[in-house]
Amino acid sequence: MNEHPALLLEGVYKSFGENEVLKGIDLMVEPHEVVCLIGASGSGKSTLLKCVNLVEPIDSGRVVVEGEEITAQSVDANRIRRRIGIVYQSFNLFPHMTVLRNVTLAPREALGTNRAEAEKNAGDLLERFGLLDKRDEYPDRLSGGQQQRVAIVRALAMRPHLMLLDEVTSALDPELVAEILAVIRELAREGMTMLIATHEMGFARDIADRICFLEAGRILEQGPPESIFTAPEHPRTRQFLGRIIEAGRL
Amino acid sequence: MAEGGPAAPGPSAGRGSRALGNRGVLVSSASTVLFFAMIAVVVVLAPGSGVVAERFFDPSHLWQSLVGSEGLPSVLGAFWLNVQIFMFSEVFILILALVIAVVRGIPGPVFFPFRLVAVAYTDLFRGVPLILVLYMIGFGVPGLDLGFISYLPDVAYGVISLVLVYSAYVAEVYRAGIESVHESQNVAARSLGLTRWQSLRFVVLPQAIRRVIPPLLNDFIGLQKDTALVSVLGSIEAARAAQIYGASEFNYASYVVAALLFVLITIPLARFTDRLIARDKRRREAGALA
Repeated sequence: MNEHPALLLEGVYKSFGENEVLKGIDLMVEPHEVVCLIGASGSGKSTLLKCVNLVEPIDSGRVVVEGEEITAQSVDANRIRRRIGIVYQSFNLFPHMTVLRNVTLAPREALGTNRAEAEKNAGDLLERFGLLDKRDEYPDRLSGGQQQRVAIVRALAMRPHLMLLDEVTSALDPELVAEILAVIRELAREGMTMLIATHEMGFARDIADRICFLEAGRILEQGPPESIFTAPEHPRTRQFLGRIIEAGRL
Repeated sequence: MAEGGPAAPGPSAGRGSRALGNRGVLVSSASTVLFFAMIAVVVVLAPGSGVVAERFFDPSHLWQSLVGSEGLPSVLGAFWLNVQIFMFSEVFILILALVIAVVRGIPGPVFFPFRLVAVAYTDLFRGVPLILVLYMIGFGVPGLDLGFISYLPDVAYGVISLVLVYSAYVAEVYRAGIESVHESQNVAARSLGLTRWQSLRFVVLPQAIRRVIPPLLNDFIGLQKDTALVSVLGSIEAARAAQIYGASEFNYASYVVAALLFVLITIPLARFTDRLIARDKRRREAGALA
């Protein structure tokens, strides 16, 4: 339908004060593609995701979402942001709102969807992810896994064309990780375009069309999972994966 | 106790008097009685105690000043004016202070003058004593001869002064609340495509205001008392009515009556504030467990 890439990053630089976190990121994500970002903590994965929807303004470079440059001067970033769903490690649900209100807030206020329609859509999504009976609960009454599923539903309620997942299982107890990974697999199967930062290597190998290895703010190596995980070219990639295997995480 | 070890904890380790056990109740009663007995002894033994009892606590004067008599205002009736001043001021303070707090937080160079005004406002009105603001507004604004603004009833200038001073305090309370909401909440809202204003309105402010309700109520307890200062502009509110009574009857029971009235309306608000704080504490503890 759309000949533009879902997402295009060109020469993205980002520093926090003296600390240069992204040093020239070039990345293209095709529609329906699932791309996983791997790399050590501090390699810039999370910052990269935050720069895609300009929650963190970038220092230089371009971010183009479906052919529209979100970094251009005159562009309304809020409008483009609505097409990008982002889910964070720490859920960040709104604690003073019920699950249903968490999910319907953005569609109603940012898209102007009427209440009945927004609640119906939210109800459908909550049912799909097994959360319908929690719709009137407040977030602090839910388990971490349930909260993270609500956060995913909240992002999906905006009908995003692209989902950014920022280590969405890192804050969860191990037995809750599986339920979130199942949800993401489901999204991938339906053809959702996703850019995923993760430490779950087995999951990345399983779900990704392409793996990008980040090291010190640069994409050192990228390719299909089978070649990255079995025959990495760059010595730093080999070293990183070697340590992961040593730790029994792959 | 003789061994120097701590007393064994009672079987019921709950809250309040239940936590004390029989022995604890005895000890606390005894110490309370002793404490007040000592104060009473000092007051009664004071050389002028008879005079004070007559001047401040004479029952007929207490009653007469409360209900008023021919030519003298009733302290209770005048107190109604304090209540009205308080209620009016409170509404305007809540609104004006919120505006100031929000303006102070708007980012961007374009809004620099607005931020500057907000900062200057809070600095100014937190610094100037309320009584001076009352004099300047109450005597200055009528002097300007600015149409109806200069011909308001005295009490209106009192309300305006209270609003100006208290809004500066309350704005700071709001601001502390806004800053206590974690930035990740704003990031989550913005990530969903909400604008800065929508994020503030639906996500940040509701959480911020909930957190500052106890300190807000605390400021309002102060406001209830400070309504008495409006009397310097000539309004006959409770303290002023008490003064009039005292000056014409040479008896100060009216001051005791006015003081008791202020205490009576302050206590419910104080207990309500305590309950909210206790509830918040329970919530936080429950949240920490989850």
